[in-house]
Amino acid sequence: MNTGIKPKHQRLVLVVIALVALVGAGLLAAWALRSQASYFFVPSEMQAAPPPTGQAVRLGGMVEEGSLKTMQDGVTIAFIVGDGKARIPVRYAGIVPDLFVEGSGVVAEGRLEPDGTFVADTLLAKHDENYIPRELKDMTEAQARAAVAETQ
Amino acid sequence: MTRGGWKFWLPLALFAFFVALVGTQLLSPAQREVESAMIGKPLPQFVLAAASPDRPGVAAVDLKDGKPRLLNIWASWCIPCAAEAPQLEALQKQGVDIVGVAIRDRPEDVAAFLARYGNPYSRIGADNLSEVQLGIGSSGVPETFIVDGKGVIRYQHIGDIRPEHVPMLLEKLREAGA
Amino acid sequence: MIAEFGLAALWLAAALAGLQLFAGAIALKGRAGELSRLVRPVAVMQGALTAVSFAALVMLFLRTDLSVKLVVANSHSAKPFIYKLAGTWGNHEGSMLLWVTVMAGMGALIALLERRLPERTMLATLATQAFVGLGFYAFLLFSSNPFERLPMPAAEGMGLNPLLQDIGLAFHPPTLYLGYVGLSVAFSFAVGALLTGEVGPTFARVMRPWVLGAWIFLTIGITAGSYWAYYELGWGGWWFWDPVENASLMPWLAGTALLHSASVLAARDALRAWTVMLGVVAFSMSMIGTFLVRSGILTSVHAFAVDPERGSFILVLLAIYIGGALTLFALKAGSIAEGARFSATSREGALVFNNVMLSAILGIVLLGTLYPLLTEAFGVKVSVGPPYFNPVGAIFAVPMLVVMAVGPLLRWRRDAFARVRKSVIFVGLIFALLLAVLLFWRPMGLLPWLGMALSVPLAVASVLPLRGRNLGHLPLSVWGMVVAHFGLALALFGMAADSALTVEKLAAARIGDSTKVGPWTVTLDSVEPVAGPNWIALEGRMSATYRDKAESSVIAPQARSFWAPPQQTTESALLTRWNGQLYAVLGDETEDGRWQLRLWWKPFVTCIWFGGLLVALGGFLALLGRVAVDLRRRVAVRKIAARKEELEKVQGR
Repeated sequence: MNTGIKPKHQRLVLVVIALVALVGAGLLAAWALRSQASYFFVPSEMQAAPPPTGQAVRLGGMVEEGSLKTMQDGVTIAFIVGDGKARIPVRYAGIVPDLFVEGSGVVAEGRLEPDGTFVADTLLAKHDENYIPRELKDMTEAQARAAVAETQ
Repeated sequence: MTRGGWKFWLPLALFAFFVALVGTQLLSPAQREVESAMIGKPLPQFVLAAASPDRPGVAAVDLKDGKPRLLNIWASWCIPCAAEAPQLEALQKQGVDIVGVAIRDRPEDVAAFLARYGNPYSRIGADNLSEVQLGIGSSGVPETFIVDGKGVIRYQHIGDIRPEHVPMLLEKLREAGA
Repeated sequence: MIAEFGLAALWLAAALAGLQLFAGAIALKGRAGELSRLVRPVAVMQGALTAVSFAALVMLFLRTDLSVKLVVANSHSAKPFIYKLAGTWGNHEGSMLLWVTVMAGMGALIALLERRLPERTMLATLATQAFVGLGFYAFLLFSSNPFERLPMPAAEGMGLNPLLQDIGLAFHPPTLYLGYVGLSVAFSFAVGALLTGEVGPTFARVMRPWVLGAWIFLTIGITAGSYWAYYELGWGGWWFWDPVENASLMPWLAGTALLHSASVLAARDALRAWTVMLGVVAFSMSMIGTFLVRSGILTSVHAFAVDPERGSFILVLLAIYIGGALTLFALKAGSIAEGARFSATSREGALVFNNVMLSAILGIVLLGTLYPLLTEAFGVKVSVGPPYFNPVGAIFAVPMLVVMAVGPLLRWRRDAFARVRKSVIFVGLIFALLLAVLLFWRPMGLLPWLGMALSVPLAVASVLPLRGRNLGHLPLSVWGMVVAHFGLALALFGMAADSALTVEKLAAARIGDSTKVGPWTVTLDSVEPVAGPNWIALEGRMSATYRDKAESSVIAPQARSFWAPPQQTTESALLTRWNGQLYAVLGDETEDGRWQLRLWWKPFVTCIWFGGLLVALGGFLALLGRVAVDLRRRVAVRKIAARKEELEKVQGR
């Protein structure tokens, strides 16, 4: 075969292209992860250092007893998530997860509004009897205990 | 090895990074078991109704009569609790006083459980809201606490009691009694 | 007795795996004449014994034997038969037994059927299969014994998680496991070939049908799992980039890359080292995914449900097997003679591009899945979701799909672009036209826009390889490729259409109220209690009318309460038309007597799963084609041999 690139060069070109693509993928992923990963807050952290309004973050804590209210439209609910040190008002429009009750642990995905209300797109409550959201594991001890007990 | 063989080591290097990352996560003492902050402190005040007709309920004052004892947090719906039943039986045969707290349980389930696995308890309280459980810093079922004669929590055992734990618990009880 | 019998069978199978490894290794050293003949029968026996062991566990579950810990923890006497059966593998121990069973079964199959490879490579392969198996036997027997008895039988089982009481989910894990573990064959072949240095077209041809088989199951498993999440979770989404989902996607990506690079190796004897590495990587991804899910380091933390010991055990296994295989690869890959060369504009060139892109996507998914672990090492907690995976994945998926449209038209080794120019321009015109039309039609996100515009020319391009060919004489494997590529285009269309066109409506409705969602009018007729075998539910009956049609259909979503263990689930209701699905969920009753309803109109969403099934069907056609060719070749070889023998006999006389 006289046509084509020399085998050794061709091999090198292939390897270089593959490496460039994979390194590119790695760099791109690293950059995207830094900007797109949503950070996890507990209420006291959110109060101390609030994320920029509009940035997607997660808020985890306990749904305060007696704070759950349904709005006039019948589908929007408001409640307060606390961790014993701080309290964040949360608003959510939709059907709550099956295991969402006052006094239980919850992780809300959404964003902080300028008025200090957290607007949730999704609520994650415990999934089954052996599950608590991973992020809840380092909550204040009392909260963690309560959350774990909830899952028992 | 041919020239350029270094590139064949790349996958292994990446994998080694993965193992290191995951390994540190797995092995770091990531407090999977939530230890009670109540150890060394007196029991909080509580009064629990009886969970079983043939045993009295439990109140904090019942545990301050000068005798060290085991406080066993359990539930009929918990499988490790069934697994630890023979060990509790063995402890009771050695003269240990065991007080039970049934977590979020129904009377008929408690009765069925005790009928099947035996009843090593001198008292059983019904903790339907996990109040006492949370109050003493228990994060799951089963857990067993050693409470000394003054009502102070001395030791917390997380998870089911296996046969190899029995001598250790007896030793801790002896310490609490001294 | 059944439990002890099952456990004994398992121990025996583990011992046979040890023997298989020993005999294979000795034979490789070239010292055992007799011993090497043991390897195949032992592999078959091992497969049979694990099957017996698994059957024993199934029996225990069907009888609800309450003296066995696993049955007590995961079953209940009042459970419907089918879920008792599914309970066998719907838990950690049972699923690990299934894993080992499939693994040994695959080993038995290759021992029985595979005769094309040089015997030395075959022995190395079977020894590797046994070696990997041994680790999982150890894991099962020492830390996850499914046959463990309780000191005293329980009165009643603890039920199965009601979320898992679903016919789709019941058969989802076995399907996925056939895929995951089926890839172990590719791993063993790759390691076997590395050990003997015999990497070539025959190796690729032998490995390909096995990888295809596993890949088909993986494809079906992922498709079914996505549909399950879609209708069971009640969130209207079909893919959540959850670690569990990523764990199944990663081996699929690696397997897809492997299939394509194996076809290059089989046809052109190029990409030797790369194919071998993908063989290792594909099964490694199965193991890593299983590890991430099983060890619980990504999904959950719980004092008793997650056992750090188990996680460490699997990690050690991973380090031995994957680390070992990659070390072997690093040492030996350089000595695999270089393969044939080709130009960039050729079938091989396109397939290499496909492989690089698939690997990049694989890397991105793996990075995104592991990133929370990485940041946690620095004390920062994050979660990674669609905002990362969708755009970053698409950066590599879109070029890959574009090349997928052209690649099958190119010739092997070397081609002139001018030959396919007409087709490329034709397909490119459709793409450009659609881009423009969609832009003026309605506003939508960048990715849905690209996806919708790309899916149609992709579907057209996928059937172009049929042009000018005699359809009657076309090999089945070509049909397979066409169907699979078409399926992918269809799935892409479904995904893009779902995210671009879905209409969602959240309402609180009184009985008799009507709600409009997209072209539908949904009226809440009644909310009534209904009862099932182990649950009670509130059922919302609604009549749905499409546009101004006279007739209406009834849909009935439920809010179910199970009692063992006590738990609530929502059962969504679906109404399927050819052009989409109406999706309804019933929520809580508000204080003033209204009912929360969540309704979606999802145009063309079903294309996603039909597309996925077509991809699997394509794989199946290709598998049939390959097997048929192999069988014909085997018959031909036998005929020639017989004729030769006859001839010799005649001459001898």
